[in-house]
Amino acid sequence: MTIKKTALAAAIAVGTSVGAVSTSQAEVLFWSTQANPIEEAQAMRENVLSGFEGEVDFQPSETGPWLTRIEAEATAGSGKIGLLGSLHGNMISLSDHLADLSDVDTTGVNGTFVELGKLGTDQQLYIPWMQATYIMAANKKALEHLPEGADVMALTYEQLIAWAKNMADATGSPKFGFPAGPKGLKHRFFQGYLYPSYTNSMVTKFASAEAETAWNDFKELWSYTNPASTGYSFMQEQLLTEEVWVAFDHTSRLADAFNQRPDDFIGFPAPAGPTGRGFMPVVVGVAVPKTAPDMDEAKALLSYLTKPETQIETLRATSFFPVVDVELPDDMPSAVQLSGAAIAAMSGADDANPGLLPVGLGDLGGKFNAVYVDAFERIILAGQDVRAVLDDQADTLRSIMEEANAPCWAPDAASDGPCPVE
Amino acid sequence: MTVDGTSKTMLWTFRISTVVLCLWVLVPIYFLLTNTLSSPEEVVAFPKRVWPSFNLESISFFLTFSGVGAAMWNSVLVASVTMVLSIAAGAPAGYALSRFDFKGKSFYRVLILMTRAFPLPLLALPLAVLYIRIGLDDTILGLALLHTMLALPFAVLITFSLFSGIPVELEEAAWTLGCNRFQAFRKVILPLVLPGITASAIFAFVISWNEVFGAAVLTIENRTLPAFLLQGLDQAPLHLKFAGGAVLVIPALIFIFMVRKYLFAMWGIANR
Amino acid sequence: MYPRSLPYLLLLPSLALLAVLFLYPFVLVAWQAISDDGGQFTTAHFSEMLGHWKFGTAFTNTLLLTLAVVPIQIALALYMASLVTGMSRGRDAFLYIWTIPLGISDLAAGIIWLSIFEQTGFLNTFMVGLGFSEQPETFLGYQNKGTIFLAIALAEIWRATAIVLVILVAGMGLIPKEYKEAAEVFGASRWQQFTKVTLPLLKPSLQTAMILRVILAFEVFAVVAALGGTNMPILMGEVYNWQFVLRDANVAAAFALVILGISILCTLIIMWFLRTPKGATL
Repeated sequence: MTIKKTALAAAIAVGTSVGAVSTSQAEVLFWSTQANPIEEAQAMRENVLSGFEGEVDFQPSETGPWLTRIEAEATAGSGKIGLLGSLHGNMISLSDHLADLSDVDTTGVNGTFVELGKLGTDQQLYIPWMQATYIMAANKKALEHLPEGADVMALTYEQLIAWAKNMADATGSPKFGFPAGPKGLKHRFFQGYLYPSYTNSMVTKFASAEAETAWNDFKELWSYTNPASTGYSFMQEQLLTEEVWVAFDHTSRLADAFNQRPDDFIGFPAPAGPTGRGFMPVVVGVAVPKTAPDMDEAKALLSYLTKPETQIETLRATSFFPVVDVELPDDMPSAVQLSGAAIAAMSGADDANPGLLPVGLGDLGGKFNAVYVDAFERIILAGQDVRAVLDDQADTLRSIMEEANAPCWAPDAASDGPCPVE
Repeated sequence: MTVDGTSKTMLWTFRISTVVLCLWVLVPIYFLLTNTLSSPEEVVAFPKRVWPSFNLESISFFLTFSGVGAAMWNSVLVASVTMVLSIAAGAPAGYALSRFDFKGKSFYRVLILMTRAFPLPLLALPLAVLYIRIGLDDTILGLALLHTMLALPFAVLITFSLFSGIPVELEEAAWTLGCNRFQAFRKVILPLVLPGITASAIFAFVISWNEVFGAAVLTIENRTLPAFLLQGLDQAPLHLKFAGGAVLVIPALIFIFMVRKYLFAMWGIANR
Repeated sequence: MYPRSLPYLLLLPSLALLAVLFLYPFVLVAWQAISDDGGQFTTAHFSEMLGHWKFGTAFTNTLLLTLAVVPIQIALALYMASLVTGMSRGRDAFLYIWTIPLGISDLAAGIIWLSIFEQTGFLNTFMVGLGFSEQPETFLGYQNKGTIFLAIALAEIWRATAIVLVILVAGMGLIPKEYKEAAEVFGASRWQQFTKVTLPLLKPSLQTAMILRVILAFEVFAVVAALGGTNMPILMGEVYNWQFVLRDANVAAAFALVILGISILCTLIIMWFLRTPKGATL
């Protein structure tokens, strides 16, 4: 009897382990909006994912097809995608389709970001994968035009405006650049940099008198900004062509300039305003869709991605920084060194005023961003009255916050109900 | 004498405008190739180089990039299937539109155009759901069917105008000589329109070759070249952007060059 | 003469394809534009679209661009086609060169033309190199809406005239030589031959070319995005924006229906204007 039982158990064990072997050989399809530029995709495949014991098929994609494909698989109820990688903002709108990852070990991963990954629910919907932020970059030629007494590592908005003016006067054409193009990430500048620096708020004081000052200052900066900025999406290009000398952008969108000509450029912190040096992290998460063909293998890949060694390789490949505590080796690419120094100076500054990414907005995340982008397009591009635009956009913002029932996040003080817009 | 004089001026006007039009088409492509064959530093430099330095760094990145070959092969397969399907479905419809009066003719003509008048990115979602459910997802045939739909208006309308240009009397003459409708079509009409049909097949090929969005959603493991390359091109450094553009343009140019005799053979059909 | 079902049989393959691949998804998307979450009919999405401050600009820009580009393309293609007709040698070579842009996708065309018009681009290289201007000009700055429009129009004319050319050349090839010879015998000038013989006989091809171009012009996106940035909102760009950035599929579908609506309207107008009277066909 016992022998029979053991044999049976062994047979089952063999059977299941065979099953396990065959499933673990299945490729995990890693569907990502990040590392989409071809050379980054290549580095992801060859240097980052090659160390994973299972098989991975890394397929980066533009946001449009990326979202469409996930929604299609969710609607059809079956799919090929095993792991999703994308920005916090894109994850928000997909929260219904993501599996709970509460059982994934997140020790060592930045706690604030893990909390963000819950997307305002009690489930862990994504695990932080990498982070970045926005900094400023300048061609060294620009430094001689710095206004009197200004320290480039601790600039104020006032000094930045004066600097941009000096450059425009000296060269005859505006040399400040801002990524206001269709794919530029300008909304995060207004949300996480301009507003916190002038109003110590992102939502509540949207239409305050301080906000009016902020927009008027930005308007002045814009008059010394290269007018072609409305076509810029990746400032590294214009920095390299020297169409602009000083620019604000996402660290990974400055990386080419830093890597190609490290001796010609410097990275430095975003400027400070009356209420401190506002800045905001960019968080990229990895999530598993509910339709993943092999949940366990996907989670195994996910854990592999948050290992310190993998995080360092990822940083090399994509210029996105780790979300776990790691000691960076000395031989990192120039982009990492230059932007790393700027980030350290920014977050370590006495007047640092860090904000958080929007949470709890669900499907309305896109419309929330549009409030800021529309304010920019109407005030700066269309030249409409600042006060009128702010009042008008504040109504939209208020109805979004109420419809989403989203409480405030930093730097706004916590609220009981939906975050108020004054 | 005066007649000679004016015709001489006219001849020269024609010659000059021919050359100008050629330059108009070729110069932008020349710029693309110049940028492709320059080093990364030269691409971002100002003033720009006006002739290439034959630096192969950017282009060789693509040629050695793993997966480009497979993606190109997928593109060729999808485009070829699209060619065949669009003619198989489009030419009979073009013939019917040109030869018969029937109820719903105008409706059909508008319907066929609607496929191009509605943004594909929105259609892609329900289509992908359908494909996943019926197992067409991530297949060459599935994508080719979508591209056929995109090429169909061209196929139908081009063949329609071809057939319309051939006098019905020709066919009727064949009937009176004892041919049935099918024989008359095959022996009299088909030889006349075949080159034109080939031209519309070439259109189908090119449409399929350049389509990005549908390919990016409906293929994953069997990605076509645009889905594989073009997607990340926007974010790539400038020199790779241009090289990528060239990698996409050159095969299409070669293809059109190879089939040009069909594309232009339709010229002068009626002159024989 | 023939079985009444014959035309329908001939249409059947294409109809089947259209039904599954177009009509089915189309109905689903169109329904999104006019229904709320509960499946009830609503005009809320349309009013949201109409009430958005960008709608008017996007609508006018799309129409203006089409109006500026399509007539020039038709005229240019007609001219090119008649040049080709008059050639005795080298016809194939010139036709090949002129049809090259057929093979170039709108994304690639956007990349090419941006490299010409950007501040450090080829146009400025020539302007500065030949001494026309001291400093590189900013052609694509947000205050120069006119220049941006011009740049987009040029790029579109460059990219998409070839398709008109091919259709018209095919059509001209079908006009029997005898008609022209007859016209010559009666002493018609070249211009008279063109307006009195070629153009009327070319109507079916002209109609096809024009309809296709107009419809495709309403769908331009990549070239406009590359050259116009955020300065030139167009309907197709708004579809992308609402679907993938603002994440409101309902309003995106409403925009799509607007594109469809103006396309159908223009198609019907062109069909009517260029109709071939019954019995007047060749």
